[in-house]
Amino acid sequence: MSDPSEIWRQSLAMGMGRTPFVNGLDGEVVEVRAGWAKMRLPYSDKIVGNPDTGVAHGGVITGFLDQCCGMAVGSALREPASFATLDLRIDYMKPARPGADLLFEGECVKVTHEIAFARARAYQDSIDDPVAIATGTFMFTSTGGAGMPAKMV
Amino acid sequence: MELLVRAANDGVAPDMDALLAAVPYCAWLGVRAHIAGAALTLEMPFDAKLVGNQMIPAIHGGVIGSLLETAAIAQTVWENRSLAFPKPVDITIDYLRTGRAMTSYASARLARQGRRVVNVHAQMWQDDAAKPIAALRGHFLLP
Repeated sequence: MSDPSEIWRQSLAMGMGRTPFVNGLDGEVVEVRAGWAKMRLPYSDKIVGNPDTGVAHGGVITGFLDQCCGMAVGSALREPASFATLDLRIDYMKPARPGADLLFEGECVKVTHEIAFARARAYQDSIDDPVAIATGTFMFTSTGGAGMPAKMV
Repeated sequence: MELLVRAANDGVAPDMDALLAAVPYCAWLGVRAHIAGAALTLEMPFDAKLVGNQMIPAIHGGVIGSLLETAAIAQTVWENRSLAFPKPVDITIDYLRTGRAMTSYASARLARQGRRVVNVHAQMWQDDAAKPIAALRGHFLLP
């Protein structure tokens, strides 16, 4: 824990992952590593988008994929920096099975001075059989506490 | 959706506000529907649980995506007099401005109505409709 970047990653997991939106839907951060984050969302009535079938609303999945991409970017940096989502593309592969947890894994694939690129998957049984796949692009709005450009770990 | 089937049987447009209220996630978000003439607009009052960044505070990007996707689905159901919800195939969200702690609105139009798939464009704004905070393009499979 003496590694500053490790402390930053842990605080990210504690703080950034606990947004009111995530808390309100009973979501949680499972694990954060450098440039990688995993979250879990238990099934509940709150996330239902189709009352006939009980299938989760696509927007819920979008929200957690966005969160996971953002955490993957944040944890890829040597020091804290703020950034904003430029765009997010979601491909919905299949409906989420009602009653089962949703898992999300996000990965930061590239960080430049201005921009970060991330990918994330939503799945239930296996990450190789995804419910949805996200591609996100983020823009840095600050360059970190020491005035250094954002860099990957 | 029983509400949609009933409206179709009665030959009337579905009550979109009642429809959204029957969708648990939309009720959780606090989304309401307003119809003025031929236009359907969704309204989402600000609430603390919608926040993603507590420092600003800003509405969560996922909440923004959720309202836009709901607007796209609602417009498709309303125009097509659908008996069930269309399924999202893919969506792209452009984030244009910060979603601030105030009421948000969204509306959508069907850019291309196919037999099986619709291409929908939606936008979201807050106090100034000329300054959208986000936009969505997406494809949805018709029921």
